[in-house]
Amino acid sequence: SYSSLPCLNEEGQTFVLPLVGKLKKQISADPTLCPEYPSSLGLAEFTKRATEFALGKNSLALMENRVFGIQTIGCTGAVRLGAELLKHWYNTRAAWCGPVYLSSPCDGNIFEAAGIQDIHYYFYWDAKQRDVCVEKLLADLEQAPEQSVVVLSASAHCPTGADLSEQHWALIIQLMMRRRLFPFILLPVQGLCCGDLQRDAWPVQHCASQGMELLCAQSFSHCFGLYGDGVGNLLCVLKQSSLLSAVQSQADRLVRALWARPSVGGARVVATVLSNPEEVKHIVERCMLIRERLRERLRLLGSPGCWDHLIKQRGLYCCTGLNGQQVEFLSKRRHVYLLPNGCLNVSAINSSNLDYIAESIHLALTSAL
Amino acid sequence: MIPCIAMSIFSEVPQAPPVAVFKLTADFREDSHPQKVNLGVGAYRTDDSQPWVLPVVKKVERLIVEDSSLNHEYLPILGLPEFRSAASKVALGEDSAAIKDNRVGGVQALGGTGALRIGAEFLRRWYNGVNNTATPVYVSAPTWENHNAVFADAGFKDIRPYHYWDAAKRGLDLSGFLDDLEKAPEHSIFVLHACAHNPTGTDPSQDEWKKIAEIMKRRNLFVFFDSAYQGFASGSLEKDAWAIRFFVSEGFELLVAQSFSKNFGLYNERVGNLTVVARDNENLTRILSQMEKIVRTTWSNPPSQGARIVGKTLNCPELFAEWKDNVKTMADRVLLMRDQLKAKLQALGTPGTWDHITQQIGMFSFTGLNPKQVEFMIKEKHVYLMASGRINMCGLTTKNIDYVAQSIHEAVTKVQ
Repeated sequence: SYSSLPCLNEEGQTFVLPLVGKLKKQISADPTLCPEYPSSLGLAEFTKRATEFALGKNSLALMENRVFGIQTIGCTGAVRLGAELLKHWYNTRAAWCGPVYLSSPCDGNIFEAAGIQDIHYYFYWDAKQRDVCVEKLLADLEQAPEQSVVVLSASAHCPTGADLSEQHWALIIQLMMRRRLFPFILLPVQGLCCGDLQRDAWPVQHCASQGMELLCAQSFSHCFGLYGDGVGNLLCVLKQSSLLSAVQSQADRLVRALWARPSVGGARVVATVLSNPEEVKHIVERCMLIRERLRERLRLLGSPGCWDHLIKQRGLYCCTGLNGQQVEFLSKRRHVYLLPNGCLNVSAINSSNLDYIAESIHLALTSAL
Repeated sequence: MIPCIAMSIFSEVPQAPPVAVFKLTADFREDSHPQKVNLGVGAYRTDDSQPWVLPVVKKVERLIVEDSSLNHEYLPILGLPEFRSAASKVALGEDSAAIKDNRVGGVQALGGTGALRIGAEFLRRWYNGVNNTATPVYVSAPTWENHNAVFADAGFKDIRPYHYWDAAKRGLDLSGFLDDLEKAPEHSIFVLHACAHNPTGTDPSQDEWKKIAEIMKRRNLFVFFDSAYQGFASGSLEKDAWAIRFFVSEGFELLVAQSFSKNFGLYNERVGNLTVVARDNENLTRILSQMEKIVRTTWSNPPSQGARIVGKTLNCPELFAEWKDNVKTMADRVLLMRDQLKAKLQALGTPGTWDHITQQIGMFSFTGLNPKQVEFMIKEKHVYLMASGRINMCGLTTKNIDYVAQSIHEAVTKVQ
């Protein structure tokens, strides 16, 4: 599936950004917020911020009014809506039902559920090399018929956790433009991998800057600890602004037969946080401070290896580089929960648990496993 | 930068028509007439024309926000367990034999629409064969317009109307309905409104339901209830669920798409439940396993807030009593408006009979006004209602009811 394990702290509870908790209390006490039906497209403030977050504020596509965003039920909802939109409206002259190319391993269930039968897999994970094999990936995409839809993960690839570098992306996007392939980019955990909020969005921004049309499925559940509220966004970049109204109206129609309209609570929280650059800056700064302190603790404990990458990466999360066994040790023996790929939620660390976490990582690195 | 000159893949996409009821509200908003009245969209309003947050909901929301032991983890795919069981219980009854037999399950869904969609997807995949998109689906004429879209998008190719509203006598076309049941191919799916039929407000009587059930059982037709107004229609949860409970007691396997948007006033939290009544526990288990697969490819994990509010309320006797009281408040106001509208039209001597206004039930009333009269109401009187003549009784208040009655009177006498 497109969701992965939530990040938990040592009490086994999912981390809720203190800010998120505060915002929820404010929202519930606000008498001007009306309990009426939200729009089927979702909270406008949220979709605007979410779309800007992925494309960057200065995106030409945004300025030329060729972009729309629809709030969805998590990343799954965004992928499903995108799949339905393609199923019904991709290349309306022919009755389109594929092909859609997904990375192997990955599952095409959502596309199948939307009625797209023609599903293929491109080479992605080389088990022997324990890495992505870009040569084979490119070779497979070279064979894809023109106008195929290609699903790519901008970050935190599920289930391998192995991601493409910027150079890889540039090559892939170049190929896709040449072969007229349509990108459907998954951005489920922006800020998760590389710890850089902007870096994860780079593939989306690059496609857009090359003048491509694309769909992008975003999720904010992970970034903000809002798991119970599955907040997602389906972003669509079109070639011409004249098409916006028609395509959005058809997507709207599809939403109304899927879930009618999304729930608003989580979207309000996300919109507020995203629209408050000071808050986001504050969160990022605090995370930077924690990273430095964590690196320092590990140095003092004499942990093996170099931990510079902790401060080179930025944002809410960081990839520790710990392997599967070490991650399991941490969860089973120390109740410190990381994602399977070794990423941890930096914002979940504070002065009361920093020492415990640093010690735990130290033990994971030095115990005989 | 290499410009991409090729054509958009979406260049042939046509503009979808606007949804009538939302367009009506948009037009209403733009109207600056001081006496304008919105009798369009289906949401509850107080006598001050305001949306109403149920007092019990406010209370429960506070309890939830202050409960720091609650975490924010993903709900299980099928939803919050205490919500699902309580929701199914409210539909089937405290002492439901089917629940005791452990053959009832629930799937938390995104409102009533989400519940309908999951149910439709399940039936398309697993009912009457595997992936049989040809199974006819019958929806009432008229019905909530989204019924068509939900079943069509779920893959069903053959969606047909069944006779329901008799415009001439302004009531149920029972013989037409029963005739369609007799003639429908075996195993056809019928979407039934559990109570407060949308848009006509006309429900079968208990005797009429019995006749409907007899034919459906004999002809192996599938029962899919849409229950969006339990409690809201008559003020009584039991009364509004009578049809569902009757069919269950007759041994039908069936689906019920429940919405808590109206009766909890939780329009934006998207709280729904698909209740499954199966032959036995073994069947139920297999059905739910398939439902889970369908949910996983639709929204994966349902939102938690609304389900927590409803679950907490239904499972706590004090809160449950308070909720029933709140629901009765809403239902009573609607009943009062019905009484008053009929009385005023009779007092004005408006031609025609107006008994249907108090005979109909729930939020909506099919007034019987024709499209020309509706246009008059909107353009000349700034009273907004659907082209079908449907009005939302909740749009009426003690402040505007005289004006509305007068407007209807003029429409009927001046416009043919």
